[in-house]
Order: sequence, then C-alpha cells, then structure tokens
Amino acid sequence: MSLILENIDHVVNGATHIEGVNLELAPGSFNVLLGRTLAGKTTLMRIMAGLEIPTRGRVLMHGEDVTRKSVRKRNVSMVYQQFINYPGLTVYDNIASPLKLARVPREEIRQRVHDTAAMLHIEQLLDRYPAELSGGQQQRTAMGRVLVKDADLILFDEPLVNLDYKLREEFREELRELFKTRNCIAVYATTEPNEALALGGHAAVLHEGRLLQYGPTEDVYHRPSDVLTAEMFSEPPINVMPATVSGSEVTFDRNVHFPLNSDLAGLSPGQYQFGVRASHIGLEPQAEDDLELDVTVDIAEISGAETFLHVRNDLFQLVLHLSGIHEFAVDQPLKVYLPTHKIYAFDRHGDVVHIPSRPGAH
Amino acid sequence: MAQITLKSLAHSYSASPAGPADYAIREMEHVWKQGGAYALLGPSGCGKSTLLNIISGLLTPSDGQVLFDDQVMNELPPEERNIAQVFQFPVVYDTMTVYDNLAFPLRNVGTAEAKVHERVAEVADILDLTSLLRRKARNLTADEKQKVSMGRGLVRDDVSAILFDEPLTVIDPQLKWKLRRKLKEIHERFNITMIYVTHDQLEASTFADKIAVMYEGQVVQFGTPRELFEAPAHTFVGYFIGSPGMNFVEVARTDAGGVRAGTIDLTLPPAFVAAIRQSRSRNLKLGIRPEFVEVLTEPAEAAYPIEIDNVQDLGTYRIVSFGFAGVTFRARLGEDQPLPERQAYVRFPEAWLHLYIDEFRVEVGQ
Amino acid sequence: MNKVQNNRAWFLILPMLLLVAFSAIVPLMTVVNYSVQDVFDANTRFFTGTEWFEVMLNDRALQAALLRQFAFSFTVLAIEVPLGIGIALLMPKRGWQASAVLILITLPLLIPWNVVGSIWQLFTRGDIGLMGVGIRELGYAYNITRNPTDAWATIILMDVWHWTPLIALLCYSGLRAIPDAYYQAARIDRASKWAVFRYIQLPKLTNVLVIGVLLRFMHSFMIYAEPFVLTGGGPGSSTTFLSQTLTTMAIGQRDLGPSAAFSLIYFLIILLVCWVFYTAIMNSQKDNTTQGGA
Repeated sequence: MSLILENIDHVVNGATHIEGVNLELAPGSFNVLLGRTLAGKTTLMRIMAGLEIPTRGRVLMHGEDVTRKSVRKRNVSMVYQQFINYPGLTVYDNIASPLKLARVPREEIRQRVHDTAAMLHIEQLLDRYPAELSGGQQQRTAMGRVLVKDADLILFDEPLVNLDYKLREEFREELRELFKTRNCIAVYATTEPNEALALGGHAAVLHEGRLLQYGPTEDVYHRPSDVLTAEMFSEPPINVMPATVSGSEVTFDRNVHFPLNSDLAGLSPGQYQFGVRASHIGLEPQAEDDLELDVTVDIAEISGAETFLHVRNDLFQLVLHLSGIHEFAVDQPLKVYLPTHKIYAFDRHGDVVHIPSRPGAH
Repeated sequence: MAQITLKSLAHSYSASPAGPADYAIREMEHVWKQGGAYALLGPSGCGKSTLLNIISGLLTPSDGQVLFDDQVMNELPPEERNIAQVFQFPVVYDTMTVYDNLAFPLRNVGTAEAKVHERVAEVADILDLTSLLRRKARNLTADEKQKVSMGRGLVRDDVSAILFDEPLTVIDPQLKWKLRRKLKEIHERFNITMIYVTHDQLEASTFADKIAVMYEGQVVQFGTPRELFEAPAHTFVGYFIGSPGMNFVEVARTDAGGVRAGTIDLTLPPAFVAAIRQSRSRNLKLGIRPEFVEVLTEPAEAAYPIEIDNVQDLGTYRIVSFGFAGVTFRARLGEDQPLPERQAYVRFPEAWLHLYIDEFRVEVGQ
Repeated sequence: MNKVQNNRAWFLILPMLLLVAFSAIVPLMTVVNYSVQDVFDANTRFFTGTEWFEVMLNDRALQAALLRQFAFSFTVLAIEVPLGIGIALLMPKRGWQASAVLILITLPLLIPWNVVGSIWQLFTRGDIGLMGVGIRELGYAYNITRNPTDAWATIILMDVWHWTPLIALLCYSGLRAIPDAYYQAARIDRASKWAVFRYIQLPKLTNVLVIGVLLRFMHSFMIYAEPFVLTGGGPGSSTTFLSQTLTTMAIGQRDLGPSAAFSLIYFLIILLVCWVFYTAIMNSQKDNTTQGGA
C-alpha cells in the first residue's frame, strides 16, 4: 500500500501549520520526517493518521481518497514520545489489547504477543505492570502494542526523546532490523539529523510547515537542494557564510579571499552563500589550497569520542567537528583550515548551485 | 573554599542492608580537590543523585564520612555547609526581582546593603544579567532562570563548592553550548570547586577536567575525558562513553599456550599473552574502540579476515559492523576511506587494545 | 465543502448552549423583565424604566443590609484566609496522620447549610447548649437573641468553623505541589522560616488563594440559611444580610419589581468585586519596574 499526500495545507485559527506539502511514500518504505520543534512534523503525521483533516488537499491510501476517513476506519498505529500504556494491564495484556479489540482468536493472540515480545526482547517481562518497568521497557511495551497488529501505516512521533542515548542507540538499530521485513509504511519523526542518518531509509525535511526535500536519506544529506535543508540536516549544522565570486577569486570579506579553483569554476560572478561541513574544517591543512583562518576558541564541547569546537573571528562563527578528544581553553587563538574543494555553494535564493564531489561516493 | 573528601563512604536506604545490592552507594574513597571542575557521570539509577545529596547535606550517609577540608560534615545541615546547588528545574523566587533573588542569600545573613549591591552587580555582570536586574524572576526564560539560580551561589564569598544537578535539562538545545561556555568561564574566574551531575557524556566532558563515572553505586573510573576515551578503566566506561561504545570479546587460554576468542586464535603481543595466562580469572575480555579498529581491503600481518554485515553512513563517518568470534564488532571509518564490499581484514593496533579481567582494565607491560 | 466539515463541530456544542440558556440566561432575563415593570397581576403591568433601581438604591434598610453584608464578608475572609493558610502549614505532610487530619478537617464542609444553622442554634442555647452554658459559666451573660454583638460574633464563628477547612484544603494541595528543590534551595540560601513562607510558599499559593477567596467571597455574600436558622436576622435587624432582606421583600411582600431590580444590583456587586479582585491579583504578578532593584 502506498500513501500519497496531495497539495496539503493546514490552517488552524489563521496560523498556517502545513503549506503545500506533496509527498508520496512507497509501499514498505521507512521514512524519516526531520525538522525542528514546531516544523509541522506532528501535524503532518496526524493528517496521515486521520486524526486531523487538512484544510486543503487530499490523502490517498493505496489510491483511495481517505482524506475524511476517520482514524478508526484506517489501519494505522502511532507511538508517542510519552510512554503510553494501560497502567492497569500487564505487559502481555497491553500488547494483546489491539488484537482483543479486533476479536482475534485467543490462541493466535498468544502466539502473536509472544512473537512480538521476543522481537522487542521483553518476553521475560510479560507478567509485569508498566509501573514496574524502566523507561526503555515501557517504550518497548508501547511499541509492542503497535507492532503486534498488522497496521498499514505506523507512525513514530519522536519515540526516543525521553530515553538516554545508549538506549536510543540500541533502539535505532533494532528498528532498522524490524522494518526490513515488514511491508507497512513507517514514518518516524525526529529533530535529530544523526538519528535520521542512523535510521536510513528515506528522509523528508520539514521547515516551518513546508517540505524542503524528500529522497533517500543519504542522498538528502549529501546532496541538499537548498541551504535550509543543508542546515537542518546536519548536526552540528553546516557552516554557512556569505561569499562573493568574481572572475578569478572568491572573497569572504576584503581580507579573506582565495583563487577560484576548478571545483567552483562553474559559478558565475555574484553573491553566494557557501556551506562547509563542520567535519570538513580541520586543525591541520589537508590539501595545499586549504584556506587558513585565524580564529578564537569559544568552547570545545567534548562528547565521548568526538569534539565540537566552536570558534569565531570578525567574520564568522564556525563549528568544527573533530574526531577524538581535543582540549582548548576558552578564548584561545587558533588556526583552522577550510578545504576549498569541499564547499557547497548556494545562490542568493538559497538554492544549491554547486555540490562538492565525494571521493568515497559511488 | 574547600577540598571535599569522601572517606569510606557508603549509603543504603534500607535500615539493615543484607548485601552489596542493598547499597545505593558502595563503599568508596574519593577526593574532590579545591577549585576543580568535576563531573559525576552515569546512567539513571547509578547512585549519582544520592551521592550529590550526601555532599550537599540533604542526606546523611549510613556509613563513612564527608569531609570539607579536615572538618567532618556528616551531621551538618545544608545551610551550614557553605555549598550552593543548581537544580534540574530552575529554582527562582518568583515574586522577587532578579536583583532581589541574587541578593537573597546575602540578606539572609544580614550583609550590609552596600556590600550586597557590589556583589550583585559583579555577579550580574558576569552572568549577563545586568539588563534584567529589575525584572521579576517569574517572567524569565529557562536559561535566564538557571543563570539566576547559579548567581545565588556565586554572590556568596563563603561558598566552597557549587553542585549542579543536570542543570541544562530544560534549556533550549540551541542555547546549551552558550551556557556551557558561561559555566567554564565562571569556573576559570572563581576559584570554586564545581561538581556537575549528568547522564550526558557531552555535558560531562565539556564541563569537567575530571569525570567520575558511576555504575551500580561505585565510581568505576575517575579520569580526564581523554582517559575515559582512550583507556577506559572498566568495561562499563568503554560501553557508556562513545557512540557506539567499545567492542569487547571474551577470550580464553588455549592448551597450546596461546589465547583464543571463540574459534579464532589471536595474534597478541607477548605481554598480553603473559598477563592472560597468569590470571586466575575466567572473566577475561579484550576491548578496542571502534575508532581504532583498522579495516583493510587486503590481507596483512596480524589482520583477521572478516565479513562486513552492515555499513551505516552517518554523513561525516561510517559505522561498519562485522561479526568477530561470535559478537558484533563495530569500526568507525572516515567518509573518504575506501571500503571493501564484503570480504575485509581487520587489525587491532596494540596501543589501543585493552585487557579487562573481571571487568576492570589491567595495565599490560608492553 | 471544507467549511461544512468544520462547521459541523458547532452542532456538537448546541446542547451545551441550550443548557446554559435554560440555566442562566432565561432566569436572568426574567429578572431583568420584572425589574423594569410594575406587576399587579397576570394581566396588569406597567413599564417603569429605571424607577425600581432608584427606589432600591435609596432604600435605607437595604443600604444598611448591604453595609452589614460587606462587613460580614470581609471579616470572615480576614479570619478564614490566614487561619486556613496556617492550618495548611501545620498539617502533616505524609503518612496516616495526613489522611486522618484531612478527613477531620473536611467534616464541616459536608454538613448542609441549614443543618449547620440548627447545630449552632442548639450549641449556643443558654439552657442546654454546650457553648452557651459554657460561656455563661465563665460569668458572661451570653445571649444571641438579645445582644447584637453576641449574635454577630457567633455567626462569624459559625462561618469560620464551617468554611475555613475549604481554604485549608486548597492551600494544603497548593503546598503539596511545591517541588522539594525549592525548599532545598532555600535551605542552601540560608533562608529563615518566615522568608520561606513569604517568598516560596505564599507566591506558590497565590493561584489557589485567588480561587479560595473568590469562592468564599461569593459564598459569604450570598449567605442565607445559617443566620436565618440561627438568629432569624435578629436581634432587630442586626444580622439581617442581603439575601434575607431580598427574600423577605420578594416572597413575603411580593414586591416583584423592586426585588428584581435589587437582585440585579446584587449580582452586579458580586461581579464587580470579583473582577476588581482578580484583576488586582493578576496585575501584581506582572513586572513592576519601579520596585526593587538597585
């Protein structure tokens, strides 16, 4: 079954929540909805589910117009941020509840509940009550209730935000595995670019109610169609700086310029925004024509095995994503190197006009 | 100003603890030096909040002593300990202005108004609160409130330590790094011991010079962020720090005098083999971080053939999973590094390979 | 077609609108209707305009009743609010004691108004009432049917006994909602008990107190059954409050026009006082840049 959103607008009390969204989700696909808080992710999911009727546009499921079909008549399931379970029911009964409602025979319920619990590694908890479980186990139970019924569409609304990062890591990996073999459409909303990348599949980037780009997740990341997508879909966000291209030179300001290289030669003279990924800027030059910049350290944020270095100078604030642990004092002066061959160029409207080639790409 | 010493400290919430499992804090010795920036890092339920409450005096430990310099503090209530605390949810006095909030701890002990004014002005300046001094505290944003509650600790010149309990939980993600920077600035400016409790490795390692990692009521490692990353002292530290965590494989002695993992005979430096053969324990593990696993396209010396199960493209790097002696190993590769399709070879550089006996790391003479 | 979809929701609140119309708007309009007419019988009525309102506002008896009413309402509020807060602060925080105290305190709230009046009527009798006899034993010639001061004091005491638990309960729930971190922070800031009350507990109680005070004001302003049973409004008219005056007029004398006009005035007074009070409290929570600071 496929899901098509056609020209969806959604206006609530004069405020536009969704604007002109067109989206086609293929049968059996895993889709990530990426966007900041209030980007419209939840609203869009509620429209997909039938919990909300869009102000304009159509929702088609398997070719049938279901725009006004109630959620109860669609075969959809949803997992929320909060761990929502029936407190008075055991884990077994929680998972079995949708099947009981559908009047599935007892023996089949038993079989399916056990299969689902095994898949989610909670077989040993079936007799417990939700209050006796950890946060991770509660969310597994909630997911069990969703997975046990064969929904056509499963929606995840930031299901992992309330879990600690080690649990998130485990969940993401399991989810990928779980959905490899199912042929329902899954839609997973998140604010975190890294979560989107870890989940893979397809990604739709939302910003202020508009769909910026949709495609295979890696493609959207590596080949953003505009500067907003590039910023939304990278953590730390891609560094963006204004630049002027003349016949032979690129200028960031009067003081910082470098000769136009073969990469950027195709750009006609004018104003641009250049984007450089945080992981591409280094503390050592990697190529001869790397641009050297004098900067001051704002702070080095260290996260286990990597360092996010915030630096600034008169022109820019930059973030560097370094592998390994690097300690710097606040306000320490530093030289950083910007690779001129790894620059994304966006025109004055923000549309991408140049994407750097990747050595590792196929 | 004080050095905080925990001497044979242990705590149980049960009146008659039967075994180690009944202890929220297992017996420990620990010293927080005067003026240090420390973090207490661990998953929920590891005992870090209990420990924090013992230091602040909200909880009296069942065993051992808490010393500030040489003075035993066990029985002293929080108000007599000269510590300040910043809580997870900002605590401000709603009806007071920011100025009155900052002045509150000083006025409570009858400080002269001139002195109050001087201290409040100074602290407000450092925290960028000067323009807000006349505003009612209830109308501030979460990050401003959190700065006010920090400021109440900083105005006092008799404070020996500031304790932070997950202080950035309610702060907008985009503002977090600015507040982290502010915290570091403050630590460098004031010579105050700061202890920062969190479950987030980024917050701990960004803030602290030294991190105490807690697991099941014990501090399993006390070290710099670099030490936690490069030489985890306990398997839990290896797992908890880094994303993904460290790879571990159980190893055993062979009758032929070597070491094997599952069915793989390992080529290890002699010192490792010696250490493993000397140990009486059967709980032996080798650990290496994904960042240090070398993935090669061609066979090489001391390289093991493997089959790649999965490659995850995370944009700036890739995570390669492969089976090794029955467990899943992960290697982290840069985005430009060439990668074979399926058949590959992995090598574990000995500088980054660690031996764990009974879950704790053993120093192996090279 | 989309509009139709959205408008359908309005039909769902139609029953609610009808209910409100029958319960509030229709009776109110009836009163308005009476207040501008002079009704002799079912067929004879004259339009009088604002005449009844003028008569009522100039009526000495009513003016006196209104003053008494204000005096009564403000006195009981002035006693019940601090007392209720005090009781709430002293109540045990957890364990079986907390439940026991809660039940004890709730008891007076469960007794119907006229029963409260009867209880106190018996209680204060000079011949058999525990309180009446007790006070007389102490040498004071206590008599609520003769002495207006005694009558007043007794009515106030009765109201305090009946309604302070409400304030106490509201405050108790408000206090329970204050996170421990606030108390811990205050201890660390070395705040005195008074400062904890003044800067943590009282501000956090503001919202429940607003509700409590409004409820108690409206309640006390409409008090009827208890003094009616206890003193019958006497001695003289010393404890005749507004609602009793109104009832006498409307039912006893069948002066429908004037009493309708007065009902409206009564209604407006309550509305006005509540509004002023609410606005004042809400304003006090906003920023006041002229206060505090350097």
